[in-house]
Amino acid sequence: MAATETLTAEQYIQHHLTNLTFGLHPEHGLGLAHNSAEAAEMGFWAINLDTMFFSILLGGLFLWFFKGVAERVSAGVPGAAQNFVEWIVDFVEDNVRGSFSGKNPMVAPLALTIFAWVFLMNLMDLLPVDLVPYLFGQFMALFGADPHHVYLKIVPTTDPNATFGMALMVFIMVLYYSVKMKGVGGFLGELTLQPFGKWGMPANLVLEGISLISKPISLALRLFGNMYAGEMIFILIALLYGGSFVLNATGGVLQFVWAVFHILIITLQAFIFMVLTIVYLDMAHQEHH
Amino acid sequence: MNINLTLFAQMITFAVFVGFCMKYVWPPIVNALAERKAKIAEGLAAAERGHQEQALGEQRALELMKEAKVSAAEIVGQAQKRATDIVEEAKSDARTEGDRLLAAARAEIDQETNRAREELRERVSTLAVAAAEKILQKEINVDAHKSIVDSFAKQL
Repeated sequence: MAATETLTAEQYIQHHLTNLTFGLHPEHGLGLAHNSAEAAEMGFWAINLDTMFFSILLGGLFLWFFKGVAERVSAGVPGAAQNFVEWIVDFVEDNVRGSFSGKNPMVAPLALTIFAWVFLMNLMDLLPVDLVPYLFGQFMALFGADPHHVYLKIVPTTDPNATFGMALMVFIMVLYYSVKMKGVGGFLGELTLQPFGKWGMPANLVLEGISLISKPISLALRLFGNMYAGEMIFILIALLYGGSFVLNATGGVLQFVWAVFHILIITLQAFIFMVLTIVYLDMAHQEHH
Repeated sequence: MNINLTLFAQMITFAVFVGFCMKYVWPPIVNALAERKAKIAEGLAAAERGHQEQALGEQRALELMKEAKVSAAEIVGQAQKRATDIVEEAKSDARTEGDRLLAAARAEIDQETNRAREELRERVSTLAVAAAEKILQKEINVDAHKSIVDSFAKQL
């Protein structure tokens, strides 16, 4: 079902990399974008329905499960679900305690949310690359839509909007706590008075400014880049399908091998995002770093 | 792959999720973990206390046993003494009783002897009278000669 006769390889890849975008098109009015060019023409005032749907679904799943356990939590002998949740909570708490020296009751829940949410969003990558988009295309075809123009990206973290959204929130928190802990003067001093002292102020500002700005950007791009590249490799392997038996078998084996390797990547990326968030917030809380 | 409104929507979603997690998810679980930790520490301390108490109890039991042995020995000694006393008492009682019985028996024997002697005396006097009757071949008036017979009988 991958590279069918009607789709070239380029179209197939393009199809997989386009979000289900809803917005106001300058010519076609309010509606879903029919191709990536239309999605681009919608400009800023458009929303990626697939990213929103899957990220909220997965975040809701995480919170629903953890909340359910939190409601029935007991200090006695834990059940299986509680054991699992405690394992994760313990893991996150260990990391927070190891990296975060200040006192802030928000950091640990923030880290837990990031870890679990990013992990679940990344996990969507392990679903067969065509499965959900194909089903969704067939479903939309019931309502008269052309399945080739129904787009769906089920991995929210391959959408830079999602990763930058999180990274910007982290950045806002870094700025907020920097100012809250050190005062405006302290924060500005940190930006301008080191590493070269007050006579090297412009150079200091450039260096520290870049280091500050690079935090959210690297945070967002690292996650996005890893997941986007992983998704891309799944798509490229999927191009092997539809040919001879040997190609199909090779594609199957490669998909499996890459999926196994990808388990490592999705966990690692979720972990890195969490740890870096903790570290950045720790730096924001400290007087000198 | 366009940056669009999704960015802000995701920021808001993220903030809401973090807020929810911070308010409803994190505190109960962490509290439960802390509570369990405290419980375990308490349990370990209690076990330690139990061990100490056991050691103390064992020591106390040993002391009690030693005491009990001493007092048991004492009691046995007393009992033996008492037993000896009782035996001695019984012996002396028995001796007294024996003496008394002996005396009573002797008195009875004496009495019997006297009675037998009286009877014998009477029979002999009767026999003597009978013999005298036969010898004299003639009836002697017992009533007339009773005083003689009696004096005779007394001499026996």
